[in-house]
Amino acid sequence: MNSPFRARGHGHIDRDTTLSFTFDGTAYTGHPGDTLASALLANGVHQVARSIKYGRPRGVLAAGAEEPNALVQIEVPFPEPMLTATTVELYEGLVARGLSGQGRLSSRPDTARYDTMHAHCDILVVGAGPAGLAATLAAARAGARVVLVDELPRPGGSLLGTRELLDGVPATAWVSDVAAEIAACSDVRVLQRTTAFGCYDDGLVLALEKRTDHLGAAAPAHISRQRIWRIRAKQVVFATGAYERPVAFDDNDRPGVMLAGSARAYLNRFGVLSGRQAVVFTTNDSVYPAALELADAGLRTAAVIDAREEVPAYWRTACDERGIDVRAGHVVTGTSGIERLSRAHVAAFSHGRLGDRQGIDCDLLLVSGGWNPAVALFSQARGTLDYDAGIGAFVPAQAPGNVRTAGAASGTFTLTGCLADGADAARRALSAIGRTGRTVALPAAAPLPDAAPGRVLWRVPSPRDSPDGSHQFVDLQRDALVADVLRATGAGLRSVEHVKRYTTIGTAHDQGRTSGVMASGIVAEALGMDVAELGTTRFRPPAVPVAFAALAGRNRGELFDPVRVTALHPWHVEHGALFEDVGQWKRPWYYPQAGETMDEAVLRECRAARTGVALMDGSTLGKINVQGPDAGVLLDRLYTNMMSTLKVGRVRYGVMCGIDGMALDDGTVIRVAEQEFLLTTTTGNAARILEWMEEWLQTEWPGLRVHLTSVTEHWATIPLVGPRSRDVLAVVAPGLDVDNDAFPFMSWRDATVAGIPARVCRISFSGELAYEINVPAWDGITVWKALYAAGSAYGITPYGTETMHVLRAEKAYPIIGQDTDGTITPQDLGMSWVVSKKKPDFIGKRSFSREENRRGDRKQLVGLLPADEQVLLPEGAQIIATSSIPAPPVPMLGHVTSSYRSDALQRTFALALVRSGTRRIGETLYVPLDGRTVPVTVTEPVLFDKEGTRRDG
Amino acid sequence: MTVETPTRYSPLSAWQDALARLPTGVQVRELPFLTQLNLRLQPGSAAAQAVEAALGLTLPGPLRAGMSGDVKLLWMGPDEWLLVAPEGRQHDLVAQLRSAIGDEFATVTDVSAQRTTLALSGHLVREVLAQGCAIDLDPRVTPVGSCLTTVLAQAPITLVVRGDAASSVWLLVRSSFASYLATWLVDACTEYRGGTG
Repeated sequence: MNSPFRARGHGHIDRDTTLSFTFDGTAYTGHPGDTLASALLANGVHQVARSIKYGRPRGVLAAGAEEPNALVQIEVPFPEPMLTATTVELYEGLVARGLSGQGRLSSRPDTARYDTMHAHCDILVVGAGPAGLAATLAAARAGARVVLVDELPRPGGSLLGTRELLDGVPATAWVSDVAAEIAACSDVRVLQRTTAFGCYDDGLVLALEKRTDHLGAAAPAHISRQRIWRIRAKQVVFATGAYERPVAFDDNDRPGVMLAGSARAYLNRFGVLSGRQAVVFTTNDSVYPAALELADAGLRTAAVIDAREEVPAYWRTACDERGIDVRAGHVVTGTSGIERLSRAHVAAFSHGRLGDRQGIDCDLLLVSGGWNPAVALFSQARGTLDYDAGIGAFVPAQAPGNVRTAGAASGTFTLTGCLADGADAARRALSAIGRTGRTVALPAAAPLPDAAPGRVLWRVPSPRDSPDGSHQFVDLQRDALVADVLRATGAGLRSVEHVKRYTTIGTAHDQGRTSGVMASGIVAEALGMDVAELGTTRFRPPAVPVAFAALAGRNRGELFDPVRVTALHPWHVEHGALFEDVGQWKRPWYYPQAGETMDEAVLRECRAARTGVALMDGSTLGKINVQGPDAGVLLDRLYTNMMSTLKVGRVRYGVMCGIDGMALDDGTVIRVAEQEFLLTTTTGNAARILEWMEEWLQTEWPGLRVHLTSVTEHWATIPLVGPRSRDVLAVVAPGLDVDNDAFPFMSWRDATVAGIPARVCRISFSGELAYEINVPAWDGITVWKALYAAGSAYGITPYGTETMHVLRAEKAYPIIGQDTDGTITPQDLGMSWVVSKKKPDFIGKRSFSREENRRGDRKQLVGLLPADEQVLLPEGAQIIATSSIPAPPVPMLGHVTSSYRSDALQRTFALALVRSGTRRIGETLYVPLDGRTVPVTVTEPVLFDKEGTRRDG
Repeated sequence: MTVETPTRYSPLSAWQDALARLPTGVQVRELPFLTQLNLRLQPGSAAAQAVEAALGLTLPGPLRAGMSGDVKLLWMGPDEWLLVAPEGRQHDLVAQLRSAIGDEFATVTDVSAQRTTLALSGHLVREVLAQGCAIDLDPRVTPVGSCLTTVLAQAPITLVVRGDAASSVWLLVRSSFASYLATWLVDACTEYRGGTG
């Protein structure tokens, strides 16, 4: 046996199987059932890391999630930082090393699966210790839907860490019976290795299940490694137990100092004796059963140092029988050793004064300053806490109606009490949801003497001179000292929240489980206040560290955000389109041919649209059907221009403004029938404009008889653009009279296109002759292919959003949101014609008469032509008046909103918002660029076909 | 041309094979091209009565769907229903309903291509959906005939419980989200495909 610290006959480990692992470069062995910490202790390794600030050696202090020291980095099978050795289950081939407070994320992508599962129940029980199991059993027997989550690999909680008896046999037998019974209930879901870490409104609890971490390299790839459970419970019972609290004394951070209950757990869960020779330091009765079990298992225990004046006779006798010296009214004042502990310093402590010190040799110093109920989740759920001066800890007080605590989490520390409390919590939870619980027969715990009161002791006075508390650690992970707390109060801080932030106590991975209450106590002492008055810091999720990968779940890679595609998407992919993200949509950006740069492709696409024929996918445009007798009235109020006068069969361009008169969105409106309109919105604004319209309709004008229906995705929309577009349409829609007089600009017709009933609109976003063909989405590809085939004789060219932007910019058609920024009116865009002078009212109207909105020196949309025809101005570039950049603050006249190379103009050009822009037409302004300034001429915004001669072909 | 190309393409036409390969316990089939009409009217109004009379159906109440006949009615909101019927009925039904409504205030809009419909069945369906749907699909909470507009993963959907124990459901999803949803569904089945998936 190469594990000298294993105790025979103890522990829930599989001694017949040996696991090999490496820690800090040294090979060790352990057994299934071990944690990394228990396996290290079994090999006599206490020191796991050095502290982050002072580089002091640090050992394993605890046996669970409260561990402040033993942070490790897993290297194999996959690098993962900042795990506590006390919660890492051992597996074959584990390679880990101790961390000094900081880990490192892997530079490789994590290939493991992480996922999410929603669950619903009547009662969620958090913790499968005695109280949680009793609660689960009672709820299950009442027929409730129950979820039980527990962080350990097997149920039992604290019962796994003691040798307590129930009905005269080991308590684990009762645990097995209960586990078997609830496993047979179809409405009970038990999740082991699952830690609840967040509690939110309405009984939503988030829990992290570690499903395959414990399998190491053998973990199957198709099973998620970790899963976030989103559990919605009508009632929650927090049976989360309690964490043992240390006492601060000099050099209390030395490896070999351990919480007493944790040493007991290492013995009973893992068969590990944490040392050879122990001294026990306590303020309460709870260490005595621990000390006796450890002594009976072979740990030589020199003395129990009890800070109380009186030690109950029962425990004193039991210690005497085992030759353990009990020293009442004494404390441990400090430790010594070369790195690891070799001696505890003990002194009498009476009326606040220390007596003579004496050293006791030991390699293990077990400490108990009492127990803190684990109230973090209860507190997150808005439960309030009261300070219980008897136990020196915060206990649950007022709870919202859907949460309660049970067992040690409620401050009940006897086994009998925990069982009864669990069953009672279930009964009350059942009653709260209108169900009746039956009485559950609970097993009897072995009788114990009545507990004598503990002594509340936060720190032992330092025998060193000064400064006070400079060797007494409060938060071991943060290397925060009693002296730091006193410095905080000395600086005038009076709130534990402020002290927390000043000292960083409680901000580490362990969230101050062993330090938080102690810090409150020391602050209270320093300020001469009652701890009850001072309170404790607020608990926030997550209660335990949760990897971002787990929180992300499946929402990564191709599932990161929904990718919305149009019906024509497969064609675009097949034809080599590159895509632009527009909101969640993938839109073809441009279609490069072999060897073409983006510039070349876009110039080619522009040329095709201006000289031949081209087509694009416009299906992402938002489309809203507006129906009802008052449809025209509603549209007149929403658009700046008049819509109710539109004739059936005609199309009108419209702008919507906010109540501030600033341009919100634009698009076309067609009148489908007397009481039916169809309007389009910009792609990114589709949902927002529908909500905007619904809000006005529902909250301001509920009397209007109008219904709004989104039909965005019902239609595939194909703009067919260019001087030859009429020829192409005539081929695929032989029944449609495409003559300019029969089918004029800004009108629409129902027609059969490629054999499919379609709605064709004569609108143009390029200034060219153009048609917009709308068919049900499922017919989109057929129509597109027919147009493409019919256009091949004319060199029909598919184009993307980039070309669309160039074409519209040459005509100064603004993109709301690109050429505007929420401070630009239609008038600023040079579009006064779209603002009705006749309508009595519409949204934004009153703002147009504000003096500010009528100023001549507002920013206005203009064109810019760089003097050097090859210089492409960056969008967003600032515009100044002088050719040299003056000293800051540099007066800025405006900025470039759109900038492109134009095939039609054979040069670069830009649109810009410029102060007094309209008045500056003809002036030369300057754009700082790469350390120089580029002269630009301000022009009318429309740079191509100012007369509009091209739109009719 | 000897190969006849289909004239219509459903949003998931490219997904047939992938959906057919899902593990036993999750059958997913696209029901493409169904007639879908958006109905907006005030419950209890004369228009509602006219629509009910024309269809010979009762408009289902909140969170319910009437799924028994050829023409199905899904509750979508306090004054909104989705009428779902077999392929190709949209023009007749729009005309029939508009004529029944007459001068009353109610509107009918053809949205047949706006969404596609997925029929899911099998004993794993509820567990697969629970990976992305916050609704409690326990049949005691969400019985047959329930109709919920919610999100599955990050896609807006309407979910209709067709058969017992949620083992049979319809998911109606907007066309642009359909391939995202199919990607998600196939991914969510990974665990049940065994180690070879």
